[in-house]
Amino acid sequence: MAHSVSFDMRDLTLESPVDEGVVHDSFSRLIEEQSQSLDKDDNGLEMQVLSEEDVSEEDLLEEDRDNVPYLVGSTWDRLEQERGPEHTDPLTGEQWSNATLKVLSSMPSRTIGRSRGAILSQYYSRTLQLRRRRQSRPSLRDYPHSSRPSIRGYGVEIDATDLGREECKKDKLVNNLQNLSVSDRTRVLKGMPLSLAEKSELRKLATSYKGAQMPYRGQIPCCSRLKYYIIIALRHTWYSWLSFLLSLQLWQVALKRVSGRFGTGVLSYFVFLRTLLLFNVFLVLITGFFLVIPQAVHPSRRTGPAVAFTGLELLTGGGYFTDSVMYYGYYANSTLNGSCQPTRNNSRDSNRTDCSPKDPGDAGGGFHLSYNMPLAYFFTIGMAFFITCIILVYSMSKSFGQSFRVDKPQGSLALKVFCSWDFKVMKKSSVKLQSENISTQLKELLSELSSPHERKSVLQRLARVSVHLLAWTMCVGSTAAVSFAVHYFSEYMHNDLKKRADLTTQSPLEKEASLLALPVVVSGINLLLPGFFNTVAWMEEYDSLSMHTHVAIFRNLMLKVSVLAVLCYHWLGRIASNPPGLNLECWENFVGQELYRFLLMDFIFTILDTFFGEFLWKLFSQKALKRKRKPVFDIARNVLELIYGQTLAWLGVLFAPLLPVVQVLKLLLLFYMKKASLMLNCQAPRKPWRASQMTTLFISLLCFPSFVGAAVCVTYTMWSIKPSGHCGPFQNLTTMFQSGKRWVQELADNHPKMAWLAWMHTYLVENPLFLFVAAGIFLVVIYFHTQVVDGQRKIICLLQEQIESEGEDKKFLIRRLQAIHEQRRPRPVQRPTPLGSERLDENV
Amino acid sequence: MGNKQTIFTEEQLDAYQVRYSNTFIAAKVNILQSQLHGRYHELAPHLVPMDYTNNPDVKLPLALIINMPELKENPFRNRIVESFSEDGLGNISFNDFVDMFSVLSETAPRELKAIYAFKIYDFNTDNFICKEDLEKTLNKLTREELTPEEVNLVCEKAIEEADMDGDNKLCFTDFENMISRAPDFLR
Repeated sequence: MAHSVSFDMRDLTLESPVDEGVVHDSFSRLIEEQSQSLDKDDNGLEMQVLSEEDVSEEDLLEEDRDNVPYLVGSTWDRLEQERGPEHTDPLTGEQWSNATLKVLSSMPSRTIGRSRGAILSQYYSRTLQLRRRRQSRPSLRDYPHSSRPSIRGYGVEIDATDLGREECKKDKLVNNLQNLSVSDRTRVLKGMPLSLAEKSELRKLATSYKGAQMPYRGQIPCCSRLKYYIIIALRHTWYSWLSFLLSLQLWQVALKRVSGRFGTGVLSYFVFLRTLLLFNVFLVLITGFFLVIPQAVHPSRRTGPAVAFTGLELLTGGGYFTDSVMYYGYYANSTLNGSCQPTRNNSRDSNRTDCSPKDPGDAGGGFHLSYNMPLAYFFTIGMAFFITCIILVYSMSKSFGQSFRVDKPQGSLALKVFCSWDFKVMKKSSVKLQSENISTQLKELLSELSSPHERKSVLQRLARVSVHLLAWTMCVGSTAAVSFAVHYFSEYMHNDLKKRADLTTQSPLEKEASLLALPVVVSGINLLLPGFFNTVAWMEEYDSLSMHTHVAIFRNLMLKVSVLAVLCYHWLGRIASNPPGLNLECWENFVGQELYRFLLMDFIFTILDTFFGEFLWKLFSQKALKRKRKPVFDIARNVLELIYGQTLAWLGVLFAPLLPVVQVLKLLLLFYMKKASLMLNCQAPRKPWRASQMTTLFISLLCFPSFVGAAVCVTYTMWSIKPSGHCGPFQNLTTMFQSGKRWVQELADNHPKMAWLAWMHTYLVENPLFLFVAAGIFLVVIYFHTQVVDGQRKIICLLQEQIESEGEDKKFLIRRLQAIHEQRRPRPVQRPTPLGSERLDENV
Repeated sequence: MGNKQTIFTEEQLDAYQVRYSNTFIAAKVNILQSQLHGRYHELAPHLVPMDYTNNPDVKLPLALIINMPELKENPFRNRIVESFSEDGLGNISFNDFVDMFSVLSETAPRELKAIYAFKIYDFNTDNFICKEDLEKTLNKLTREELTPEEVNLVCEKAIEEADMDGDNKLCFTDFENMISRAPDFLR
């Protein structure tokens, strides 16, 4: 015999998925086993003589419902009836012998998710793989799901019918589980498609063998019982503490409710809002701890007379707020000498950026910590941006990983059938809407299939192209016009402000109020122009809805980016270059106030839009137009508004360290308002919304134009704009960046050992070559990543081909088996002779 | 809802944590599970005892389970309940109940979801999604708004697209391969 019949499954668990030879090996083994069991069974497994009673006996034995009689009785007959006439495949045309059917019934594809034995052995091989991997490469945390349910993985399912062998398999699995680490074990158990009772049994077995982890209550001595109770008590407190933390997890119930009514699409908006909130909370924490608290503890002396609180400040951000921790100008440019507790803590914390200066005078006076405000300001803003960047890139890559699959153009129909149902939706009307949507989409797909590409006449195509051209011209033109309008209006306001600056007679209230004009105009534009874009998009027809969505997003983005670019020029070019022209003592404060006003106006306009656009429109359309439809919640527009607001917040951190607090409040209010409005006024969007792809898109938009733009502006300000001479932490310096440089030089002078730091600074930070090299390395890493992804795609294609060829193999082997069976059939039935496995091997 | 110690023993609580790998969720489980017991009890207060320490053998019929708000409007509610019941007829024990909720929750691994989704779509429980199953799925999805010809066409095309080994029906491998292209599946 070429292969000894051993049931050691170790042989069958393979590492390499491309090892073709063993597939056949496992097959021959399978057939061998079949012949063996034929051999063993004294009654003979010629099924013709098997009466119904035998079948039921075997049924009892097998435990799973997936056995021969079941298949013979119901499915196969029916299937053959069904497919008999139309299907000319030789496979199905034949009348199968029962032995073949038995083999067929225990094929892996048929036992999956059903047979306990199959699952056990599958997981046995998995745990074994995991163990091996851990031994050889412990760094690999996640093992891939490459152990696809292919024939190889199972190999042994054929003996799933044998109870004894199943026990044996279970033992081996338990043994394997014991040898895994605790976290791996729970992970494997967690993924097993077994019922809870079976899992807990396995778990108990796996843990109990190892040693008395679960002491019996009767036998243990008193002290250890006490210990046991203490452990239990501790665990309970731990759990209740954890559950308290869980209850803090933001808006879980609210999000569940939203997804239950509107599905994953609308949910993605709220999840995005929560993500932004977390980013801002992080910013608040960082600026609060390192800038605001140290400065608030050491209030700097006021320069001007105290300004009374009038109420208009809440809108303009000026007046009373101007000379407070809210803005850049308030922060001292000196070293705060730490004598009280919080400062001491903070300066110790800030050691991570090496910004606690070693002042020689202080060092002489004993233990005296000091806090260098300019440095802290510089490094805090820098670190905040750096960490945000890392988090953003990380979440972007994660979301890309989730949404990026190998996509084939065909297969959309099957996907639509199986994957379009949103199981989260619970509300009756939404369910109805969803099924309507699905059926229209299916109809559309069908019509595409039946008439793939009807040739359009030249005239039709020309008309279409011209409509598109017209639409794009209108959108780009209006965007350009609006940008110019904002440009000239800001210039006008600037000149107006200059004039007002000279006039001292005017009341300060009016002066403050006039500052609100620009934010109001810009927010109005942001509100109205997307509506115009929607009308334009209505007249052009796109082939696919996703194309439509992407075009809409792109146009809105174009508008927001160009408006923001004009505004940035206004702030950093016009105001920052010539602060005395405006009679400004501190231009940073002014820019910070401008950003505050923009942020606030954006919020107010969103409230107005929610009220008028959603609530009143709903009332109007339902009462006056007698339409049943409610306004649709426009996810794309709402998300873009969020991104716009976030860009403002990031831009403003440098000028107003407390701006993230405003943003946090805004987002909190926005969440409750949007949720209420959604529940009250809106219905789910009718367009199909692929949530994870859109989330990826939004995160990338947040990263690329929004964050990168803000970071570039802030870096530009730090590197090359001269800070105001009379306020803020960087007065008397030519650039903010200088503070770092000066500190490094001071350090090098006072401590010769630290000279390398100065050297590093001059050669690495100031030298552009280093930046070029770093950017180059970054690009290379990105290139490698794309290459890896490309390779994975190729591997997936190969594996798909392999599945196809395995299907062919299956057919071939079954045909062969059937042929052998046919040969044997004419013989007398009493005692079947064993099948020669050698002959089988030859055939295979 | 009562104190959880009176409903479950310590070991039972332990057992329920099998499904959850990190302690954070495991802690949630202990709370969730008494909540789940509450839900289960609510469905049939006269049948389900409050005290679960001695593993009573109680099963609730399908008709009770599908009236829960989570399932009530779901077109596949009968199939969901049937696939999670041990006997395949829709009689749900408390263990099955916990199983059902944990698989349908967000934290369940994708693979597990795929297996149960396959079971759900496999109406005639022959371990294949054949044309007949697909027809039923479609009719439930679209509330029978498509004509029989359209349904037929969709079924044929869908099987043609997803079937890789050419047996004209979808085995689990085909199914898993297909849904791997839909990241939103069963989230």
